[in-house]
Amino acid sequence: MAVPADKAAIEARGVSKLFGSGEHQVAALDDVFVSVRENEFFTLLGPSGCGKTTLLRLIAGFDFPDSGEILLHGNDIAPLPPYKRPVNTVFQSYALFPHMTVAQNIAFGLEMLGQPKGEVRARVAAMLKLVRMEKLAERRTSQISGGQQQRVALARALAPQPKVLLLDEPLSALDYKLRKEMQIELKRLQGETGITFIFVTHDQEEALAMSDRIAVMSGGRILQIGSPWEIYDRPAERFVADFIGETNFLTGEVKSVEGESATVVLASGAGIDATYPVGTQPSGRVTVVIRPEHAQAVQPGAGLLSGTVSNVVYLGTDTHIHVALDDGAHFVVRQQNARSGPCGHETGDKIGIAVSPGVAQILKD
Amino acid sequence: MAVVAQTAEARERKDIANRWLLSAPALFIVFIAAIGPLFIVLAYSFLAPGPYGDVKWEFSLGGWTSVLFQRDIFDETLSLADAHLSIFWRSVKLSLMTTVVTLIVGFPTAYFIATRRERDRDIWLFLITIPFWTNLLIRTFAVLEIIRNEGIVNNILIGVGLVERPVQMLFTDFAIMLGMVYVYLPLMVLPLYASMEKLDFRLVEAGYDLYATRINVLRRIIFPLVKPGVVAGSILVFIPSLGAYVTPSILGGGKNLMIGNLIELQFGQGRNWPLGAALSITLMLIVMITLLVYVRNASGGAERHHG
Repeated sequence: MAVPADKAAIEARGVSKLFGSGEHQVAALDDVFVSVRENEFFTLLGPSGCGKTTLLRLIAGFDFPDSGEILLHGNDIAPLPPYKRPVNTVFQSYALFPHMTVAQNIAFGLEMLGQPKGEVRARVAAMLKLVRMEKLAERRTSQISGGQQQRVALARALAPQPKVLLLDEPLSALDYKLRKEMQIELKRLQGETGITFIFVTHDQEEALAMSDRIAVMSGGRILQIGSPWEIYDRPAERFVADFIGETNFLTGEVKSVEGESATVVLASGAGIDATYPVGTQPSGRVTVVIRPEHAQAVQPGAGLLSGTVSNVVYLGTDTHIHVALDDGAHFVVRQQNARSGPCGHETGDKIGIAVSPGVAQILKD
Repeated sequence: MAVVAQTAEARERKDIANRWLLSAPALFIVFIAAIGPLFIVLAYSFLAPGPYGDVKWEFSLGGWTSVLFQRDIFDETLSLADAHLSIFWRSVKLSLMTTVVTLIVGFPTAYFIATRRERDRDIWLFLITIPFWTNLLIRTFAVLEIIRNEGIVNNILIGVGLVERPVQMLFTDFAIMLGMVYVYLPLMVLPLYASMEKLDFRLVEAGYDLYATRINVLRRIIFPLVKPGVVAGSILVFIPSLGAYVTPSILGGGKNLMIGNLIELQFGQGRNWPLGAALSITLMLIVMITLLVYVRNASGGAERHHG
């Protein structure tokens, strides 16, 4: 089906969802606007209780919004029951039918759509091949491992060729190594099937590794939508900067604004050029964020900032050098361990900190 | 080594012997309450009837022959006992119908309770069990009061103008079935609830997500998963229905008999204890055969699903 490029696969317009009643009423979703593009790997990222799963359930049709519209290729699907939406879900618990075999699970959606037996069989075989589970087709779902159940859940949801696939923290039950494998597997499946994926997770690493775009959510609102590097390098709000990765917060005063960058005088008196969120006009006192890996430890007196090493944490690939800045603030420098042995800085050493150009970002608040 | 093993074995044997001793009271009660009387019933069925009830201690197959056949008073020829057969048939038919109706009514009830909030479920379960507190006789008379010709139902039907004369419901098979459905419904609801409570409702959502309509979710997901409850509930309703005595004698008006009434008749007015005993054993056999067929079919179906 040809869909105009500007038409979103899924679009939420002013969607709100309230839970509870009276004084205890809370907005799980508060006037959410989001547009997911065709063939996109889109991630809803946020801590538990931020509304990401609620939004997913509204798209799937398990809950209905109190206000707003949900559009699928431009058509409002909010009033449709889940079984009439060309949208399938991979559940956090997988929710495989325990009284059916792997093959019967995968066939279920196709049978419910009334597809002829031969086609169902062919499609099930193709799906088993896609998730590399051909040999376990006749097993009961209780007789396969967690990772295999995960694959069956994916195959079952992909079999009816939905317009959009919803994934509700599908990797959270897997151990670390399997999770890494499945991340790559999911990316491969998305590429091979060309289906729009909406992925819900609280794991920022997972989100950064897999997504085309990420929406960071908190308190029922979407705080920022952007590509992984935009979310990571150009956080618009303190919550986004804090939730994703580690970062240093410095306060300063905006001196001048030129084009896309502003000059900020930090508390220590040093000046730094910093980018700022689109659509804002920085002025007065602001918070500037600098990622630990964007700073380097240098000789005392050199660099932008100076302070005393308060702690050195060795992490294998990197070393974190915690620095008490001269103005009292706390700053972490991440230094890659390019060679073996200690990093060369010790607690109590005087140290200078250099910052790479173009890495500082001003927050909205 | 061998000595150690031997003493260990000896100790174990002693342990088992001790355990037997510990369970002796239970075994004693089981024997006295269940197996012993059964043997007495079995023995009585092979004796001859005494003139004033009781039995004469002489071997006779008369009791067993009378289960299915009747002897002509004049020429002593045997013919099929139509009355008995029709009573057997009515018992099985009404019990099956009762089981099906309680399942149809009990399934949504149990589903309703299982989908309530956790603290509300106890209240609903409590309400379901309330009828158990009332004497069976009183509950049965309550049903009689409702469906008799001058009862509430007929008064309403006549009042609304749907019928001109009262509909004869009392003293029919329908009345017996209605009474049994009312009395045995909790026995269906409780085991159904027990298995529905364990049902993972995320599976229901998964079903809807995969394009299953409500009826298909019920048929393909909920029903197969709560099948153990359906089996247990059906057995719990079918067995007492088959042997029901109070309900058919009150609501059937003494003319629509079931096996229970027939047995009572033999030990009472009929003064034919051997026939009564043989009928009792027959009832047990019917129950056992039905259960074997039912359970085999039910679990066979499950096995096919499980592959």
